[in-house]
Amino acid sequence: MKWEFKNGVPIYLQIITVLKRKIASGEMPPGSKVSPVRDLAMEAGVNPNTMQRALTQLEQEGLLYTLRTAGRYVTEDEQILKKMRESLSSGYIEDMFDALRELGMSREEIVEAVGAFGREQ
Amino acid sequence: MAAITCSNLTKKFGKTTALDHIDLELEPGRIIGLAGPNGSGKTTLIKLAQHMLVPTEGEILIDGKAPGPETKAHLAYLPDRDFLPDWMKIDGLVKLYGGFYEDFSRETAEQMLTNLDIDKNMVFKKMSKGTREKVQLILTMSRKADVYLLDEPIAGVDPAARDYIIRTIISNYNPEALVLISTHLISDIENVLDEVIFLKSGTIVLHENTDDLRTRMNKSVDEYFREVFRC
Repeated sequence: MKWEFKNGVPIYLQIITVLKRKIASGEMPPGSKVSPVRDLAMEAGVNPNTMQRALTQLEQEGLLYTLRTAGRYVTEDEQILKKMRESLSSGYIEDMFDALRELGMSREEIVEAVGAFGREQ
Repeated sequence: MAAITCSNLTKKFGKTTALDHIDLELEPGRIIGLAGPNGSGKTTLIKLAQHMLVPTEGEILIDGKAPGPETKAHLAYLPDRDFLPDWMKIDGLVKLYGGFYEDFSRETAEQMLTNLDIDKNMVFKKMSKGTREKVQLILTMSRKADVYLLDEPIAGVDPAARDYIIRTIISNYNPEALVLISTHLISDIENVLDEVIFLKSGTIVLHENTDDLRTRMNKSVDEYFREVFRC
């Protein structure tokens, strides 16, 4: 997954989203070891302090945990992972709703269109 | 202690005021962008820190000390123009740096030269402008300094090398060191910066955390820069 950053949003918040997507998609599977801060910072092309800040917040959310000497790992707690996936997906749904409302669609029309799309898949 | 402290720092060249009563504190462990249009005082500030210029008024301190031989030993400076004996081969320049600076790592320099496919047997002046800039940056970043002053380090290099250089700055990042990068190409480096300083006609118009600035202005540092300095 490529690291692309939007204007006007703090980089560390965008890093958090990218890392959550990596966890959700299995690129960073539960229980796996997280790369060192410097390596991640290089990969993303961001400041190591910024990367550290993002990782610290993910730790506070319980998605990552640190073993004192062995480094940082992705949680295996299914509850926490489920909550993360839900919040990611509601974010996408919200974006989609906003975009479709801008096109002048009503709530019902959007629900109908999404349902129709889902049935065709 | 701040890595660089300026109080009331002023530099005049004849009737021209290049820096006008500047107060600034730059902490170690930060990568800081020094941004401003041509002639805003970026290079003057860097040269004052490097003791190539003396203040007209006020003072600048490096790790609490006045600039001089002692501070220069821990300060890695990359000028905005060619500064190396240009008849030398790259190999010789690496040796020269190794002899000159105690904190210079030959392994680091040679690794970076290899990564960028730079031929060590080439004579400096026969290289392209971009390659010369790369060599100079490599030599500067191969030191383990307390303060890095990089004056326009990415202006002349191609985008791929620019990415490499940015990664070099990140990978050599030392939590105890200050990296001050002057540039007018903010978009290339803004993701790497902890803080940014805007200089305009010798005064500081802004000094802020980049993420705070992005949140406050709801735009990128580069967009805001273009707004502030619109001609």
